[in-house]
Amino acid sequence: MALIKLKRGFDLNLKGQIKQESVADETVAQRYAVIPDDFAGVIPRMDKKPGEHVAAGDVLYHDKNDEKIKVTSPVSGTLAEVVRGDRRKILAVVVDPDNKGESKAFDTRSNPKELLLESGLWAMMRQRPYDIVPTTDARPRDIFITAFDSAPLAPSLKMLLGDDEKYLGKAVEVLSTMTDGKVYLGCPKDYTIDDTGAETNTFVGPHPAGNAGVQIANVKPVNKGEVVWTLDVITAARIGKLFETGQVDFSTIVALTGTGIDTPCYVRATMGCSLKSLLEDRLVSDDKEKRIISGNVLTGVKENIEGYLHAPYRHITVINEINKKDEFMGWASLNPKKYSIYRDFTTWLIGGRHKEVDLDAKLNGGERAIVLCGEYDRMLPMDIYAEFLIKAIISFDIDKMEQLGIYEVAPEDFALAEFADTSKLELQRIVREGLDKMRAEMC
Amino acid sequence: MKSLRKFMDKIKPHFQEGGKLAKLESVYDGMETFLFTPNTTSRSGVHIHDSNDMKRTMITVVVSLLPCLLFAMYNIGFQHFKAIGATDATHWEMFLFGLLAMLPVIVVSYAVGLGIEFIGAQIHHKEIQEGFLVTGILIPLIVPINTPLWMTAVATAFAVIFAKEIFGGTGMNIFNVALITRAFLFFAYPSEMSGDRAFVKADSAFGFGGDAVDGFTCATPLGDIATNALDKVPSTLDAFVGLIPGSPGETSMIAILIGAAILLITGIASWRVMLSVFAGGLAMGALAHGLSTPTYPASMLDPVAQLCFGGFAFAAVFMATDPVTGARTKIGQYIYGFLIGVFAILIRVYNGGYPEGAMLAVLLMNAFAPLIDYCVVQANINRRQKRAKAQ
Repeated sequence: MALIKLKRGFDLNLKGQIKQESVADETVAQRYAVIPDDFAGVIPRMDKKPGEHVAAGDVLYHDKNDEKIKVTSPVSGTLAEVVRGDRRKILAVVVDPDNKGESKAFDTRSNPKELLLESGLWAMMRQRPYDIVPTTDARPRDIFITAFDSAPLAPSLKMLLGDDEKYLGKAVEVLSTMTDGKVYLGCPKDYTIDDTGAETNTFVGPHPAGNAGVQIANVKPVNKGEVVWTLDVITAARIGKLFETGQVDFSTIVALTGTGIDTPCYVRATMGCSLKSLLEDRLVSDDKEKRIISGNVLTGVKENIEGYLHAPYRHITVINEINKKDEFMGWASLNPKKYSIYRDFTTWLIGGRHKEVDLDAKLNGGERAIVLCGEYDRMLPMDIYAEFLIKAIISFDIDKMEQLGIYEVAPEDFALAEFADTSKLELQRIVREGLDKMRAEMC
Repeated sequence: MKSLRKFMDKIKPHFQEGGKLAKLESVYDGMETFLFTPNTTSRSGVHIHDSNDMKRTMITVVVSLLPCLLFAMYNIGFQHFKAIGATDATHWEMFLFGLLAMLPVIVVSYAVGLGIEFIGAQIHHKEIQEGFLVTGILIPLIVPINTPLWMTAVATAFAVIFAKEIFGGTGMNIFNVALITRAFLFFAYPSEMSGDRAFVKADSAFGFGGDAVDGFTCATPLGDIATNALDKVPSTLDAFVGLIPGSPGETSMIAILIGAAILLITGIASWRVMLSVFAGGLAMGALAHGLSTPTYPASMLDPVAQLCFGGFAFAAVFMATDPVTGARTKIGQYIYGFLIGVFAILIRVYNGGYPEGAMLAVLLMNAFAPLIDYCVVQANINRRQKRAKAQ
């Protein structure tokens, strides 16, 4: 077990943290949905038609390019609707629950890889390069499991895992059969999980220390031609549970956080549940417009109250869209309450950079060319020249992207840099587009 | 503020497409975002953003230049009244004279530069960029006070168009725009830019002050050194305080150091660049002093004096640290800064044609900054490729 100290990054201390440890009971949602955009790299082809019955774990759709990759229903019920957008792109696959709790029984003796694919848990993992659902043809060099989420207001995965921690050993055993390398487990300082059979590393340092990509970069970076899988400890526990019990369990605990939530709390829920069931009666009622984020403030997806809990997240954040409208000459402010991590504002003079702060969704400036140097590097604990990589992506210089380490990164690794960026560039979008174009070019 | 907001909302339709003043859309947008932080919220990616933006960054640099600007005004008055022999002028009179002398230059610099920026922004339908806020105040500080205003206007226009706009605007330029202005003047109108008459305003400003006797001349210390008039050279302490002739902003080491402190505390300028420019200057100054010979009179100056005279310190603090035109990697910044320091003193000491080398040193290294970064980044790339092969 190694202790790895990371210096770069920043822990944003946002208002709206959960104060009590108790977990509220599950309120049954009217609807559940699977959002295909959550499974990067998978183009959905429907297996079920609206009106058909599905059990939890039944296949809803498969990947157009690789039909072995399947996405399954989180609950039992009836496939109600396939919501389509422009050019018939599938936006959501909606299931009306029957609340019978019917769950598909899998044969635990079957081939582990096929079982993972069939149960839909395969699609919950990610691979580097490209930050997509793992392709079925490549054998990963190593598998990295992260045991913590270091994003602002993120819940403790220890808390979410609870008793399911006992399944981790089984998960590591199964995953070990799929790689010639090792299964690594990245833990925070206050929560080390031993005896799983995985190689455990402890990470000390600010966000993004919990990102699998950052952990890989500091343990054994991804090289050209290599494939590495990443997943979080919750998905790992689900895998373990599947191989122990033969059933796939998409239930979870969800953290409701942020200044827009009346009393931030934990709630039992199931993946894909409608936000209405989670947030009704829990939102702060004032005249300010609220931004509901499925996930954390850095990488989460903007949703409205009619939206759903996106698959990779066990976290909802609600913040104000705008705290103060038409702020007069905000750029000239000397008020230490005007939050900035930089010293050209006065927050740092009163030690306010690490104090609790209520941030809204305002851009606080216009998009500009990159002027200041080193801003991205300060937020990215990897041996990568982030700014040069971003420029290579913008100019779509494939050779340079490759040389500068595009295979090692995912959009989420740049999220904190995007928050801190004085030039207000959409770094995650740029990286995502770069990865997609790169993949189209290489495959 | 509400009435102002109402007023802005009221006139907005005129500036939008189809309005009478649609051609001034960028100007309106610039004014609006200047007055009110835009209410736009993030569309994709992160949902929260830091308060820091380009306006704040640029205005902080302008603030760091204020000590130099205020001192420059005082010193111009001081030198003027000294030149006309009026020993009874008060401090306020000196300052007022300097203010009146500098104001037209500041107005011309901003009017020409921002005018071109506005036109450029309108043609490209982009927001107005803030870069010229800093350039516009740097120009009056580095252009000799006796430069005719039309020359300043032509040089500013040349620099903004050919050193910045054609490259794509703020953040895209290769050379420091303010220094290109200075270099344009230096090479296009050499007689006005150097010699004995450029640096002290000997005639009145808007009728204020007096006129010196005909044929009054006063060279800068480095000019005196270059012409071997060593007896006229002020002490290093005088140069540190700054009541000596020279380009307006460059004379006072004290004012420059205050500016440096602001830039370093706010974290806007790179301490690596600043430190290594001074280190390079000291090293080259020591070397030149060690090999001093009367053939090159500037080599007689001790290394510390080299840093205090001329534009060296101003260039180190405000020009070399321009992040856009300098090296952007940490290791690159050390090399870039050190070489600026070395070249500035090298040119100053061993090139008889140029009594000051800071401007040329920064511009030269601006050209080499991408190469330095290339080498540093290449080392990272090599490391990555080696790692891949080792597998």
